[in-house]
Amino acid sequence: MPWSFRYALLMNSTLVERDVLERVLREAMGHGGDFAEVFVEDRSTSSATLDQRRVEELSSGRDRGAGVRVVVGDTTGFAHTADLSERGLLRAAQAAASVARGGGGVRAVALDTLVERRTRVATMPGDVDKARKIELLVHADDVARSTGAAISQVQVALGDSTRRFVVANSEGVYAADHQVRTRFNISCIATGDTGMQTGYRPIAGTRGFEMLSPEAVGEAASGAARQAITKLDARPAPSGDLPVVLAGGSGGILFHEACGHGLEADAILKRSSVYAGRLGQQVASPLVTLVDDGTVEGEWGYLALDDEGRPGSRNVLIENGVLTDYMWDHLRARKEGRVSSGNGRRQSYQHLPMVRMTNTYLLEGDADAEEIIAQTPRGVYVAQLGGGQVNTATGDFVFGMTAAFMIENGRITTPLRDCNLIGNGPDVLQRVDAVASDFSMTPGTCGKDGQSVPVGTGQATMRLTGVTIGGAA
Amino acid sequence: MSDLLELAERILSSATAREQVEVYVSRGTDTEVRAYDGAVENLSTAVSSGIGIRVLVDGAAGAQVGTAWAGSLDEDAVAGALRDARDNVRFATPDEYVALARPDGVAPVSLDLSGDAVTSTPLHEKIAMAIELERMVRSSDRRIRQVESADYSDYVAEAAILSSTGIRASYARSGAYLSVEAIANDGGDDQTGWGLSTGRAPSDLDLHRAANDAVTRATRMLGAVKPASMKCTAVFDPRTAATLFAIIGGACSGEAVVRGRSFFTGRIGETVASPLFTLLDDPTDPRHFSASVFDGEGLACRRNVLIENGQLRSFVYDTVSARRAGTSSTGSAVRGGIAGSPSAGCRALQLAPGDLDQAEIFRRVGNGVFVESLMGVHSGVNPVSGDFSVGVTGLIIRDGQLAEPIREVTVASTLQRMLLGVLHVGRDVEWLAGSAAGQTVAIEGIALSGS
Repeated sequence: MPWSFRYALLMNSTLVERDVLERVLREAMGHGGDFAEVFVEDRSTSSATLDQRRVEELSSGRDRGAGVRVVVGDTTGFAHTADLSERGLLRAAQAAASVARGGGGVRAVALDTLVERRTRVATMPGDVDKARKIELLVHADDVARSTGAAISQVQVALGDSTRRFVVANSEGVYAADHQVRTRFNISCIATGDTGMQTGYRPIAGTRGFEMLSPEAVGEAASGAARQAITKLDARPAPSGDLPVVLAGGSGGILFHEACGHGLEADAILKRSSVYAGRLGQQVASPLVTLVDDGTVEGEWGYLALDDEGRPGSRNVLIENGVLTDYMWDHLRARKEGRVSSGNGRRQSYQHLPMVRMTNTYLLEGDADAEEIIAQTPRGVYVAQLGGGQVNTATGDFVFGMTAAFMIENGRITTPLRDCNLIGNGPDVLQRVDAVASDFSMTPGTCGKDGQSVPVGTGQATMRLTGVTIGGAA
Repeated sequence: MSDLLELAERILSSATAREQVEVYVSRGTDTEVRAYDGAVENLSTAVSSGIGIRVLVDGAAGAQVGTAWAGSLDEDAVAGALRDARDNVRFATPDEYVALARPDGVAPVSLDLSGDAVTSTPLHEKIAMAIELERMVRSSDRRIRQVESADYSDYVAEAAILSSTGIRASYARSGAYLSVEAIANDGGDDQTGWGLSTGRAPSDLDLHRAANDAVTRATRMLGAVKPASMKCTAVFDPRTAATLFAIIGGACSGEAVVRGRSFFTGRIGETVASPLFTLLDDPTDPRHFSASVFDGEGLACRRNVLIENGQLRSFVYDTVSARRAGTSSTGSAVRGGIAGSPSAGCRALQLAPGDLDQAEIFRRVGNGVFVESLMGVHSGVNPVSGDFSVGVTGLIIRDGQLAEPIREVTVASTLQRMLLGVLHVGRDVEWLAGSAAGQTVAIEGIALSGS
């Protein structure tokens, strides 16, 4: 069967019929709810791992089900089921509606015309021969090992997911999306006299398999290998406050952690964010313009529709240092009498949607990256950041440096061993004193309240006047 | 349970002569209540089920394995998973060490890990607990300005692991939790603290303890400052110590060891820690919330001594890592639900208790820092190199007493040095929700980065 035909077949098979969704919503609203929603999802995933040149195992997964929520006043009832029959959905609707105690007024729900989106894909990952995927893994391994004799271990992984969903709510929203995501990552270990060091590179996008060209994969592989080898000469990171230059790309996670989470409306409405009540105020250096943007097609955090059926959108959060807006999902926006900003996301049908970031980035400036380094007498240059964590109430955050170097007399010198940086969001935003024009983005996974979603972060090379480096030296 | 076993048996009976098949099937019910402002914010209920299938085919060069899973037990979903697993087999590299577990004669201990009360307790009582938890925190101290979350949650689950190599394991378990996060303020910056309580049934839960923990931790952080950098002794509270033990347990995973991804590789028999340090992994101890009768491959869980009086004694293995290491499984396969394949790991770590209480440890340390929460553990700990650098909050210890609170600092060392630097071990064991229990420990030679 040619792929175009199979694809069409897949798109046309409806997860749940429109009239069934309407009856489920009517049932959900039957006890006096203010709002009801049914979210039906069908997700297929596959993954392959190559570890030390062995294909360890291929895994395939399929998850299909529906979540129903009913909102009454400030209370949300939620139930989910893997039973997509009308009976199963009605039962979930009844369970979700148990929070509503009102009389059984029957309110018909009429859905709007279906809004349908799908990720533009040249090669559906599911149509790629598994043998070809393995060739790509082996190619990455070859490239990594040929980068240097010190590379002692290589682990490569490939994964993809196709996620179809239909969401319908009592306000008539009726929307469907078909999202395709593909990811690749490589970890290398280099062994030397000083012990073992690690290097890592991801490639991930809301795209098909076409993203993983042998060239792109090879570049990631040699990058990860070089990173591990370089770190064999690393010395312990210093301890204490130093200027930090963040390379374009993975430094964006700083803004994701340092202020992104604090600008999510759920934290704002509960007054559990340091940014609550600060709209219109100067919260950052004038060089900071921060955007959350679900519309960046192809990026890991791209979404044509969010998980509540709203179109993804571009939202300016901080403009020239002034706080302009927060991010909103349907529930929080409804409370404030405004519309969602397209930030309602959920890990799966088994989870309630909440306010989440998409692609969060700092707009580039006009400085020159090399100049910024040259004008830093002593500091730390961070080429890659790993994960981070924030306490939204205090604004305190940490994030890990997985590739960093000393800057001495305006030049990048010794590599540093892995360590964390620590800072405070509102404080570090004021400390941005230079932003270059070499913008790039990095994929990541964001965890919040037990749910993980794919996000992108981005920025250009930039400098912070001082951050605490948590080294042991 | 009987229908789960029937389903699994039916799949096993379809195995061809060339195949070995393992089926992991589970079903559970979850309830979650979040209270806010004296009312229910979210109430979630769910019944879920799923199946994970592994198919092995033996050949001259070794076995190949393929896996697949489905988030439902519908006939078509199960058939699809079996088909995918079989298709995936063909692409795996034949490996002489790859095998399914076989019964090893170790008898499973008898543990009752399932409380009927989770099912029989009416929903309105569970809701009342969440609301009461929030009320207690809000009303306990005028400086508590917000309760970010106050949650009650529970589950009951049953699962079975069966294989064509003779494994027949099935079990039921339940759990109930309370957790609460408080925000305190007295005019300056906000501070947070969280409390929890865990058990197998709602009646095991301690509302007062969860509420007091959150309130005490949030209020005593008020006025926290960033101290100057220094080298000092750090006293980890039971919760943060448990996190350290889980990291050390990770380095004792036979899988990490055979792959050369543990700083313990090749060091069995060596002194790797202070003589005060004896670390066990014992899922058969029912005091552990994570206690378990069977491991992730259906073998009996057992007590394993990892480090004894500072000496590295043994690692934990699942079937495949044990074969690679030339030893036998220690009943230590863990798997992340239906979608996860088994790997070797610890599930119930405990450090042999010392004989000091926390106050006595503070007195003996004299001056140092008391670490109450860790941040950035996933980004700041490298289990291969042992590099350790995490953000912390806590309090200064001065003249043997807790003094001012501190924030925005990191503590750094290497795991190797930290293990050797253990000065005191408390007797105040706390049984926590994760894979490790914890007690107060004091560790010397920590670099504290502040201003």
